[in-house]
Amino acid sequence: MNDITGLWSYLSQEPLLWLTATILAYLAGDAAFRAAGRRPLVNPVLVAVVILALLLWISRTPYQTYFKGAQFVHFMLGPATVALAVPLWTNAARVRRTLLPIAAALVAGSLTAILSALGVAAALGVRGEALLSLAPKSATAPVALGISEQIGGSPTLTAVLVILTGITGAIVVTPLMDALRVRDWRARGFAVGVASHGIGTARAFQVNETAGAFAGIGMGLNALLTAILVPLIAGWL
Amino acid sequence: MVAGLAILLSFQLAGEIASRALGLPVPGPVLGLGLLLAALALLPDLAERVAPTARVLLANLSLLFVPAGVGVVGHLDRLGEDGVAIFAAILVSTVLALLVAVGTFLAVRRLVGAEDGESQ
Repeated sequence: MNDITGLWSYLSQEPLLWLTATILAYLAGDAAFRAAGRRPLVNPVLVAVVILALLLWISRTPYQTYFKGAQFVHFMLGPATVALAVPLWTNAARVRRTLLPIAAALVAGSLTAILSALGVAAALGVRGEALLSLAPKSATAPVALGISEQIGGSPTLTAVLVILTGITGAIVVTPLMDALRVRDWRARGFAVGVASHGIGTARAFQVNETAGAFAGIGMGLNALLTAILVPLIAGWL
Repeated sequence: MVAGLAILLSFQLAGEIASRALGLPVPGPVLGLGLLLAALALLPDLAERVAPTARVLLANLSLLFVPAGVGVVGHLDRLGEDGVAIFAAILVSTVLALLVAVGTFLAVRRLVGAEDGESQ
């Protein structure tokens, strides 16, 4: 019994356990996604998050302990963001041909994301800090957190809303676009990048590389535009 | 693979330094993306070096969001009594943003005739 307690106190303090658990949970999520016939609701990120949250809850592990291991995975978001330059470069000629559709879809999509979220939430009685925290939710996390702080929202709450927006977009995009018979991968990818940032972009890369490249553009441009629009719109609230 | 990772990390580092030194509102990795794009335009051979690493990272991009997603679970109670309203706002606004963005993209594409044989 003592040995097991000793083993657990070793494992629970070292990064190895939760790093391994993170990767295994994701593989389980991916396997579940494939086993479910690639049904969008069985989103690999969502499944992995649920598994890990349950494990943390059962083992009474604080998030800080979990993150000591998971930070190695989290850290790779930085180089992965830089890596988006590669598909962008490969698709440069196609991007140049679609500058006008990109610009128009960016402005329309970004405004819709901000105003419709504020409109629905306000109509349902959300006020104050929670409403402000919602405004930048379609921008990529580091940018959204900065905006939230600037306009008097709560960065922690914004982080939650950003992730929820990403998962929502990743789940609805494929059935929605298929139902509308949109076959242009550039348009599909760009829209999901604008509406649901990196998690939407990750989903796009799973479906089609062109969609992924255009999602990356949508995510990057919307981060910039949201940083400009949200402080202006928040001024009217 | 290692060379590719070294290139990506170097550009992230350069982006991080530029973002902080100039006090820009853009995060370091996003600036690094821009810098790498500029470097690829100047040195197209660089693409061969980074492409394999970039492909592996981007194909598994979903995995990288799992730790942040787990962090969110502990804060779900922060939504408090506004939870349902906020969930509704996120769902409606994400679907609307997708519809408006894709509709605008396709309408303007038709207007300027930017058809794309490869993706039809």
